[in-house]
Amino acid sequence: METIAIPAINMSVIAPEMILSVVAMALLLINVFVRGEQKGYLGYLSIAGILVTLYSLTVGWGSPQDGFGGSVVQDNFAIFFKGIFLVSAALSILITDQYLQREECNQGEIYPLMLFATVGMMLMASGTDLMTIFLGLEVLSVSLYVLAGFNRASIRSNEAGLKYFLLGAFSTGFLLYGMALTYGATGTTKVAKIAAAAQSGMVSSNLMLIAGMLLMATGFAFKVAAAPFHMWTPDVYEGAPTPVTAFMSVGPKAAGFAAFLRVFLVALPVFKADWASLVWILAVLTMTAGNITALYQQNIKRMLAYSSIAHAGYILVGFTAGNAVSTAGILFYMLSYAFMNIGAFAVIVLVGKKGEANNNLSDYAGFGYKHPALGIAMCVFLFSLAGIPPAAGFVGKFYLFSGAIQAGYIWLAIIGVLNSAASVYYYLRVMVYMYFKEPTEDFAWVKLSPAFVICLIIAIAGVMIPGVVPSTILELAQKAILM
Amino acid sequence: MVSLHSYLILSAILFSIGTIGVLTRRNAIVIFMCIEMMLNAVNLTFIAFSKFLGNLDGQIFVFFVMTVAAAEAAVGLALMIAFFKNRESIDVEDLNLMKW
Repeated sequence: METIAIPAINMSVIAPEMILSVVAMALLLINVFVRGEQKGYLGYLSIAGILVTLYSLTVGWGSPQDGFGGSVVQDNFAIFFKGIFLVSAALSILITDQYLQREECNQGEIYPLMLFATVGMMLMASGTDLMTIFLGLEVLSVSLYVLAGFNRASIRSNEAGLKYFLLGAFSTGFLLYGMALTYGATGTTKVAKIAAAAQSGMVSSNLMLIAGMLLMATGFAFKVAAAPFHMWTPDVYEGAPTPVTAFMSVGPKAAGFAAFLRVFLVALPVFKADWASLVWILAVLTMTAGNITALYQQNIKRMLAYSSIAHAGYILVGFTAGNAVSTAGILFYMLSYAFMNIGAFAVIVLVGKKGEANNNLSDYAGFGYKHPALGIAMCVFLFSLAGIPPAAGFVGKFYLFSGAIQAGYIWLAIIGVLNSAASVYYYLRVMVYMYFKEPTEDFAWVKLSPAFVICLIIAIAGVMIPGVVPSTILELAQKAILM
Repeated sequence: MVSLHSYLILSAILFSIGTIGVLTRRNAIVIFMCIEMMLNAVNLTFIAFSKFLGNLDGQIFVFFVMTVAAAEAAVGLALMIAFFKNRESIDVEDLNLMKW
């Protein structure tokens, strides 16, 4: 047995995570002293915490450093992803308070839970040890199980939480078994050392490493909701409270991709030929299954759940290519996806009524005339999701698919573009309901609070500005890629 | 001395039993027990590798897995209680409000 050497600890690497966890724990304590109708202030406090964390992140941009014996790293890749997580957490928190008051489950624990989930995602993005990635994933997942079942009185929320828990824990088993086999084959859990061992042929059994790789791919595919491991997504997204759905359709997906990319691009580049064909199949299945099933959905949350599966498929296209253009495309696309998806969910929260009623497409009849500004905002988000210029969704898809073409995956890009064209149908269907059907209701209950206005303005700016002038964000994304 | 292969085969068998249990059982608590069995099969793999590679990383990993499994159990059982209060059942066949 080797002796245990205490590794060099570098606290500044995990400073953002520490700040956010301390804020979350403090909020848990403060929550006890805040009365029901004032819980919304906890949301503003958590946003203040998120802004401080965001500032502490930007300090580290451009000067990568690692800590804890190389278990965590603060490089541009991690910082870019952490920015996405923090933005998605802040936007979701802005739309939470009004929803909770309407549903009468006004418990302040939702804000600390969202922050803990964000901490988990941040650890996943900066983990360079399978252990760190696993722990980050679990901090994220355990918080999300609670968040999905947050509305205790609602049976749909209970069901979503329980389903997510059972299937999430099941997939964790596969991920862990993959990690165990990888550890056994290479004798290390560090991502960089796994790469070195695989490169130099110091692997005790190649078969074991490949089995480990496949099992890890299963676990990650489950977390990012890639077909055929996507069946939990629509049920959980439909049943979970809408702001939580907004949060978990963006953040955890991005975190899953961050860890997926780091493990496969950094640790297993030797097997790129093998895993690229695997991810190719996953990408095609995911895009097609998501888009085709979304075509006949009547519930808008469920439709956006299938749409989020399809978007995971587009990102897998970029993953298959695995070159500089497509990796920058993944980063760019995840950021714009955060804005457009949470924006769309913000409008859904506003249109919905108590008890998650009014979430069907037919309930949107005439909405565009009764609330012109919100109608236009919804159109912007849907156009961006469909990938129509000048929205950011178009630019993101453009880089993903052109990366795939550069890497020689012409057919994959063609399937992606065809899928993207098919998806326009169901996004436009919402607009058809909003503008071409006679209103059956007056939508008088739709009240815009200041928090919603801020959230929608940020989301529209985040969709339109990178769409029209993509160069700034794209340069940041290009500096953040792993190679 | 028991060889590494025996441990690996044992843990693979345990993992498979757990997986089959998750797929075939109908009671949420039994499913959760099967998931725990999968995690413990993984723990056995880690320990066996740790011993035979002469490397402590695997044992540290097992500590984390056990901690996480405890946290998961707390959250999972709470979710089951919340579901049971509303449905008076923890049969996964009753997780049927939402389907395509």
